[in-house]
Amino acid sequence: MELPVISNTAPAAEGGGCSSSGCGTAPDALGHLPDHIRAKVQDHPCYSEEAHHYFARMHVAVAPACNIQCNYCNRKYDCSNESRPGVVSELLTPDQAIKKVLAVAAEIPQMTVLGIAGPGDPLANPGRTFETFEQLSARAPDIKLCVSTNGLSLPQYVDEIAKHNIDHVTITINCVDPEVGAKIYPWIYWENKRIFGIEGARILIEQQQKGLQMLTDRGILVKVNSVLIPGVNDEHLKEVSKIVKAKGAFLHNVMPLIAEPEHGTYYGIMEQPEPTPEMLQDLQDACAGDMAMMRHCRQCRADAVGLLGEDRGDEFTLDKIDVMDVDYEAAMVRRKVVHDEILEKLDAKRGIVKPKHEGIPEGSRPVLMAVAGKNGVVAEHFGHAKEFLIYEASPEGVRFISHRKTELYCGGMDSCGDGDVVDEGATESLLDRNIRVLEGCEVVLCSKIGYEPWGKLEAAGIAPNGEHAMEPIEDAVMAVYKEIAATGKLLASADGRKAA
Amino acid sequence: MALQITQSCVNCWACVDVCPNDAIYQDTPHFLIDDGKCTECLGDHSVPQCAAICPIEMAIVDELGVFLNPPGSLTGIPIEKLKEFGLWREAA
Repeated sequence: MELPVISNTAPAAEGGGCSSSGCGTAPDALGHLPDHIRAKVQDHPCYSEEAHHYFARMHVAVAPACNIQCNYCNRKYDCSNESRPGVVSELLTPDQAIKKVLAVAAEIPQMTVLGIAGPGDPLANPGRTFETFEQLSARAPDIKLCVSTNGLSLPQYVDEIAKHNIDHVTITINCVDPEVGAKIYPWIYWENKRIFGIEGARILIEQQQKGLQMLTDRGILVKVNSVLIPGVNDEHLKEVSKIVKAKGAFLHNVMPLIAEPEHGTYYGIMEQPEPTPEMLQDLQDACAGDMAMMRHCRQCRADAVGLLGEDRGDEFTLDKIDVMDVDYEAAMVRRKVVHDEILEKLDAKRGIVKPKHEGIPEGSRPVLMAVAGKNGVVAEHFGHAKEFLIYEASPEGVRFISHRKTELYCGGMDSCGDGDVVDEGATESLLDRNIRVLEGCEVVLCSKIGYEPWGKLEAAGIAPNGEHAMEPIEDAVMAVYKEIAATGKLLASADGRKAA
Repeated sequence: MALQITQSCVNCWACVDVCPNDAIYQDTPHFLIDDGKCTECLGDHSVPQCAAICPIEMAIVDELGVFLNPPGSLTGIPIEKLKEFGLWREAA
């Protein structure tokens, strides 16, 4: 697939969220989909890379209960300092959730999607989950509804899902082999019993696959999430990808395992390694031959609010929404205007013809670059970047690969009130840690950079570059790539480095 | 004869939904079991449902204070590790 740069595009993102402008693969990643499905996802930030720059989503935490245990999850979910799935600040009743959704929708008209994603399993909380959907579809018919699930109770609720016009479902499928599953899921609750090990995993897998098929048979869009767990399901996920595609899932989102000891999860405590960014990328690339892959996922909280990459949940706490006076009828009119404007802009953008790249010696190898960006331009000071956007430049063009956060995790268990644990990372300076985050990259683009990080980056084999401040990211990445390529250093004969 | 919920409870609601006797109610700092209603599921199920779905070790005890899900029984984390991380208790 050719993935060229959109040249000289105006900074696209407005007011936060993802800081890249094009996220590279945007329109093409879903190119294989029939028109009616593309129409369904064009304003869905979690499904369309293109849409996530413009449209926002929110999750309401009405579903605390779960019916399985995953080794990457700790059911003690209440930690406000972390951003990861399964974590929320306050649980809501369905009534509170409705109030919150209406307040957010009025305040953030770009918010098009309401999801229920936990902090437990939404379908293990059918009463609270479906009551929320029912009230919302009656009061805010302009909001799309989504649900995510581990799949165990999915077959039982497919009809209910269809009844509430929920046309997007995410199933987390980490395996299709019970022996692999037993290493990920210690137990499930099934037919009034706790079932451990391989038998539990077998039932879970069976229900997931059955539920997936039932949903796609009814024309409901299914995205599959998988957690990449090195040494447990890494190779296996290629098979998962093939199978879920064959059953009609339209998008596969392979996410890296998050496993820190201070999270108190099985994997965290047992020191199960997390995948490196390279491992994740290799696996996503390997699966991409069979399946549309999602690369812009931020592994958000079960109560996230706003554009992907920003969280405005603090503006909509229960005490704050309590005093907000929302006229939703009026809000809906405003929302429609905003949505139409965005869709019009997206349509216009799709018409832009992309230029070919010249002056790059044939056979030049690809180069990974990290960008401290904001709103689509190289804008951040190296030391201020909360995340780096990783791009791959090659003779085919520039493609967005992933986000790498510089401060991913909370400070440790003392902030969660869970006992005394020594933070082993504390001895490593933030700068060293950030440089480690950039592993595999050969260039880092930023607006400015200090003397100390400059030296350390060079020592780590990463060339700092502050010459493209305020330029559109893709243009800057291509310009730097052309400079390097022009020296001939990227040709196999001249290259001492292992090709990426 | 009734089960009890301990301080380990994380208020996840899982037990509330599966109790056949509506014996579990929300309270602060955690859910509680009405001992007038709890039958330990005798006559309804082969195992007490709250303890069968509860994801938290040490959160449910019987009248003698014995954990229905002792440390390590649900996660498989070895006792030494649980002790190291302050996640182990001998009794409720």
